[in-house]
Amino acid sequence: MSDPKELKYSKTHEWVRVEGEEAVVGITQFAQDALGDITYVEVPAEGDAVEQEKECGSVESVKAASDLISPVTGTVVAVNAELENAPEVVNQDPYGKGWMFKVKLAGPVEGLLDADAYAKVCAEEAH
Amino acid sequence: MKTIYEESVPGRATLGIVLKDDPAQPGCADMLPAQMLRGAAPRLPECAEIDVVRHFTGLAELNYSVDANFYPLGSCTMKYNPKCTEAVSQLPGFARLHPMLAQLKAGEKACQGALQVLCDTERFLCEITGMKGFTLQPMAGANGEFTGVSLIAAYHQAKGRSRRVMLIPDSAHGTNPASAAMAGFTAVTVESKDGMVDPEALKAAVAEHGDNLAGLMMTCPNTLGLMETRLKEIVQIIHSVDALLYYDGANMNAIMGKMRVGDVGFDVVHLNLHKTFATPHGGGGPGSGPVGVCEKLLPFLPAPRVERRADGSYGFMIDSGKSIGRIGPFYGSFGVILKACAYIVRLGAEGIKRASEYAVLNANYMRRKLEDVLQVPFDRICMHEFVASAPEGMRALDIAKGLLELGYHAPTIYFPLLVHECLMPEPTETESKQTLDAFCDAVRKVVEDGRKDPEALAQAPRNLPVTRLDETAAARHMILTEDMA
Amino acid sequence: MPYIPHSQAELEEMLATVGVKTLDDLFADISPDMRPKSFNLPEGMDEGAACAFFEDLAARNRTAMASFLGAGYYDHNVPKAVDALAGQSAFYTAYTPYQAECSQGTLQAIFEFQTAIARLMDLDFANASVYDGGSALFEASTMCVRQTKRSRVVVDEAVNPVWRSMLATYTANQPIEIVTVPQKNGTSDVDALKAAVDGQTACVIVQNPNFFGVVSDFTELFAHAKSQKALSVISVYPVMQAVLKTPGEMGADVAVGEGQSLGLPLSFGGPYLGLMACRKSFVRQMPGRLVGRTVDTQGRTGYVLTLQAREQHIRRAKATSNICSNQSLCALRALIYLSLVGPQGLRKVAERGMALARYASQMLLALPGVTLLNDRPFGNEFAVCLPKAAAPLVDALIERYGVVAGYPVGRHYQGMDNVLLVACTEKNTREQIDRLVESLGGLL
Repeated sequence: MSDPKELKYSKTHEWVRVEGEEAVVGITQFAQDALGDITYVEVPAEGDAVEQEKECGSVESVKAASDLISPVTGTVVAVNAELENAPEVVNQDPYGKGWMFKVKLAGPVEGLLDADAYAKVCAEEAH
Repeated sequence: MKTIYEESVPGRATLGIVLKDDPAQPGCADMLPAQMLRGAAPRLPECAEIDVVRHFTGLAELNYSVDANFYPLGSCTMKYNPKCTEAVSQLPGFARLHPMLAQLKAGEKACQGALQVLCDTERFLCEITGMKGFTLQPMAGANGEFTGVSLIAAYHQAKGRSRRVMLIPDSAHGTNPASAAMAGFTAVTVESKDGMVDPEALKAAVAEHGDNLAGLMMTCPNTLGLMETRLKEIVQIIHSVDALLYYDGANMNAIMGKMRVGDVGFDVVHLNLHKTFATPHGGGGPGSGPVGVCEKLLPFLPAPRVERRADGSYGFMIDSGKSIGRIGPFYGSFGVILKACAYIVRLGAEGIKRASEYAVLNANYMRRKLEDVLQVPFDRICMHEFVASAPEGMRALDIAKGLLELGYHAPTIYFPLLVHECLMPEPTETESKQTLDAFCDAVRKVVEDGRKDPEALAQAPRNLPVTRLDETAAARHMILTEDMA
Repeated sequence: MPYIPHSQAELEEMLATVGVKTLDDLFADISPDMRPKSFNLPEGMDEGAACAFFEDLAARNRTAMASFLGAGYYDHNVPKAVDALAGQSAFYTAYTPYQAECSQGTLQAIFEFQTAIARLMDLDFANASVYDGGSALFEASTMCVRQTKRSRVVVDEAVNPVWRSMLATYTANQPIEIVTVPQKNGTSDVDALKAAVDGQTACVIVQNPNFFGVVSDFTELFAHAKSQKALSVISVYPVMQAVLKTPGEMGADVAVGEGQSLGLPLSFGGPYLGLMACRKSFVRQMPGRLVGRTVDTQGRTGYVLTLQAREQHIRRAKATSNICSNQSLCALRALIYLSLVGPQGLRKVAERGMALARYASQMLLALPGVTLLNDRPFGNEFAVCLPKAAAPLVDALIERYGVVAGYPVGRHYQGMDNVLLVACTEKNTREQIDRLVESLGGLL
């Protein structure tokens, strides 16, 4: 499965879908695959300020844990409550139902990769 | 197997086991105000003694153990636990002794035997490691690590400086960074080269962190089972900026009588009595992690320590006033310390040295016997353990599970992380050539059968009380007690 | 050599396989100038001599005295079945149950232990144990600091001073501020504790019964903490927990305790057992091992170590704690003890100690100049004020009468040199108490 062209990506394997002044954030196909069966997702709370390239949560599987690094700066306006009871959704549909939180952006989104550049990052890491 | 709660029968009499019933005995409601009492009795098991005996005998039968199975678990030193040391630790003269008795002036005289055990053990550990003093307080290896890095923090603080960086090789145990963080340090990883700490990388780290460098935590032989060949250089580089060298004693079983870490320049060392000194692992504790130090760190050791006085009696030393404080409630896991002391007394200088020699012999013998079955990345003499990768196309996990099916505990797997599909066997000195041969044959069989029928291997083990368990479901559903079900 | 099985022929064959001539050739990586400067251990002993050596040392400890020492560590009867069952080598010579399929005995036992402790504390779940009561207090504190993202910990001075000094050592290099609220005549100063707990407080820590034996109900304090969004930690004596209002009923978030009294010998200071239970919402902040129930590939019930992503081998410097081991064998002993005595047996043990403590306090109060430190309810331990310094009296009673009268608390609390802490368990008798009172009376 290739990564959707309309999204932006971070080197730390988060994706961003910009919707006007807001952005939806999740983790990529590559990230969920590397973690394996996800057992727990910790996302920031509504109202929390997040900053680009700063830790804002974590994703756990049985044998691994990974920090969630915010790819954008702004204020969290919504979180995906379904993940609390069904973290496996992130494995099943990382770019859809597995979204993690939505941010009201503090400014324009910068410093992210497009799908092709991100694919290269993944190819390098896979070695 | 049913749980003990499922075996429980409400109202089944259990009173007679510890206490004769006394009709004149007042109840708690007669002795305390009602609002201070619990609403309902705790729902503990209600069983007859024989129910309890059968239940726990049944549970014991579900375990592999050193006494029943070869247990070559790398980095854990699963050697045989002598029965006589167990017997010694159960002597009522030790088991019934209240720790606070020794803190009373007259009580100290009533604890002379126990105090001597502490004093002798400290002396033995000093002689084995070349350190100047030990605290026996740490209650496990990780607790010893925390103690050791706290001593390093105290050393720098006493010199009026705040140093925040602790260097840790990428091959280190995960506890090292966690312990360093607990003592307020920032753990900085140093990359190794060809399995060794790289002095060039260290020099770069020293240049980068300069005045902020507190120390280096090393495991030696390292977690790949290899002796560090450039140790002298490493010591010199770290000491050049008055940073300290920490020795993680997880692998001490490789070098006793061959090298003393104090002699070669380490400043702090923790030992695992439950590895090197044959005290049983207990299914995950209790352990004991004494910490030894060089001369300049002696004042910072946790108090109290025991000394032998001029008149031959034993008592507590006067506090230096600079101690980091109290790591354990009293003098350490005394029952464990006692077993280790008995082990050292039993073996003596010659026996201790031989233990390391045969541990290293057994590991090398096994390495040679397995090098055409597994991929052994380092073709050189290893110490008490070695690392190998699963053959191309096979998973270490499957080989481990295949070995369980044949009655062997698996080697450590997926550690260290540097080695692909890693298996790490540590045979220890107490295993015979026959056992090692049979184990190597078993590894061979698992690999050969696994090539022919990978599906079957993926199902292993099929002959144990359970097959592979769903760890993902366990983490998602979190049933941690009978009541969370 | 003891415990090394190799025959000379086998040694030679193995050396040849490895490709070296002597055992020492295996250590060629350690250069001559790095070899030991000395190795002066005594010569080894045969098994008989070694055992005799330690039997002799054991005989130099006086354990037959009538003792009223407690102070957090209690001399209870340990049923023989505890030794027999926990002494099975299939338990004690196993390692941490990382390979679950061949460790179901240990894993199920820990699951049952977690259940027992959660029920005793009346909280949602418990971990597989930590080192001891003092380290449990520390782990609870840092857990609350993580959970609340606040850094101030308020501690009642009537919490065991040994554990408080461990807390101070463990937090010395962490951004945690410990605020100690002075006790008043051995009682917890609840008003002062409430005043100290504010919007900056991570948690408040109390003990029940407290170090002086006083039994309290901290419901109101914990409600106040909750109103400040601070957490409540209570340290308990698990035997007394058979009868006392539970941490859960009082509204505590975390309960900890020293588990030694549940079937572990005093053993001159360890190994002991740190108990830790809490509410479900804190599960990801819980340090230490946890065992969970699951199913195998055939749908059968089984047990595994779970939520390991919190732990040091995965999280490294970011782990909830550096702890790797639990006190597995000690936890097993506690579980077997609780299974043998059951709820009624544990209550009887608590009540017998309490009844003897009441008898002892009445008898001691009849002596001239002896008063109770306070008039609060107590459990199996209480503090009395003597007309003279307590420590020399305790020494004299040991030397002249072989009676250990209790613990003089002056070394831990300023101005309390005359205060003696007296504990009774079901192992004490009225005759011992009479002897204590008679001999003490003669010295006053």
